[in-house]
Amino acid sequence: MNSETQKKVSLLTLFLTFAKVGVMTFGGGYAMLPILQREIVENHHWASDEDLANYFAIGQCTPGVIAVNTATFIGHKTRGIAGGIVATLGVVFPSLVIISCLAGIIARFSDNLYVQKAFTGIRICVCALILKAILKLLKSAVKDKLTLAVFLIAAALAILLDLSPVILIVTTIVFAAALEFSASRRSRGKEGRA
Amino acid sequence: MITLLRLFWEFFKTGLFAVGGGLATLPFLSDIADKTGWFTHAQLADMVAVAESTPGPIGVNTATYVGFTTAGCPGALIATLGLVTPSIIIILIIASLLKAFSDNRYVQTIFRLLRPVSVGLITAAGLSVARTSLVNAGHTGLIDFLDVKAVLLFVLLWIFMQYVPKTKAWHPIIFIGISAVLGIMFF
Repeated sequence: MNSETQKKVSLLTLFLTFAKVGVMTFGGGYAMLPILQREIVENHHWASDEDLANYFAIGQCTPGVIAVNTATFIGHKTRGIAGGIVATLGVVFPSLVIISCLAGIIARFSDNLYVQKAFTGIRICVCALILKAILKLLKSAVKDKLTLAVFLIAAALAILLDLSPVILIVTTIVFAAALEFSASRRSRGKEGRA
Repeated sequence: MITLLRLFWEFFKTGLFAVGGGLATLPFLSDIADKTGWFTHAQLADMVAVAESTPGPIGVNTATYVGFTTAGCPGALIATLGLVTPSIIIILIIASLLKAFSDNRYVQTIFRLLRPVSVGLITAAGLSVARTSLVNAGHTGLIDFLDVKAVLLFVLLWIFMQYVPKTKAWHPIIFIGISAVLGIMFF
């Protein structure tokens, strides 16, 4: 859509739309995609399906919560920096309200025997859910010997040494940059000789 | 006040380094539990369950919940703002140089390796949740090391989640609800 013919979106509309997306997103970032398609692409025409796919791909591999990253992207596209901030605040607003209310209620009943028993059962379920998420993530993250080795080493270090995740992430970034640097130097060397 | 500042800083780091969404924040929260003692690993598992069963992105819900547990309503607000601040900064920068960013070979290699590391970290965090829910606290030998009832429930849930075609696609909230009922009945 042409930006000159597009009416300027009000920040309030942006906030409310993303608050709606936040309420309807049940679960992780991926659950958000069909809702974004309906609200952002079909109802408001703020972005195309292709834009959305791009934002999602980048939102997945940049730090932070995928849903937040995607909201910031779309907000930025419609209303610049202010739009990015407002859309993000909109998407987290329902969580803030709902969780704060629920947390207060749960805290009041945490001494109750039945609540404790329920959570004993729920914690076991959380283990299974985490394992399921790990298997799913492994399929997209581990594709060759190098990524398999990186996964095993990172898991071993995190389990055995109790290293801070920040240290592992930063080390990975440095290692990957060095790997790419030596690979590009080698290929440049070959081109030079040829 | 000091707690709120520290809360913001811890969640800022989480938002800055947790790559991959969903449970990617879990290892960082587990690390915060170890470092600060604001909450226990068992509490963290409960919070993840609530975060998965309520509307909103899991990462945001968990942050809000941890913030609330640590410092009430202001804590919930501060933790959530801390979590999203790095996202806002990073995405606004990337949005202005979109094409150059995603085509850059360094960026591609870094993310190709960050993804398996993130899964490795989640695996370690998942193990510490398993330690609080599947292992007996005061175990003395191999036989009472594993909580038999808990392991049975885990295996049962796993079969329905992973192998039964009809229940495989169920939303986590259904499994969490069933586990709550089974917990009240048998634990």
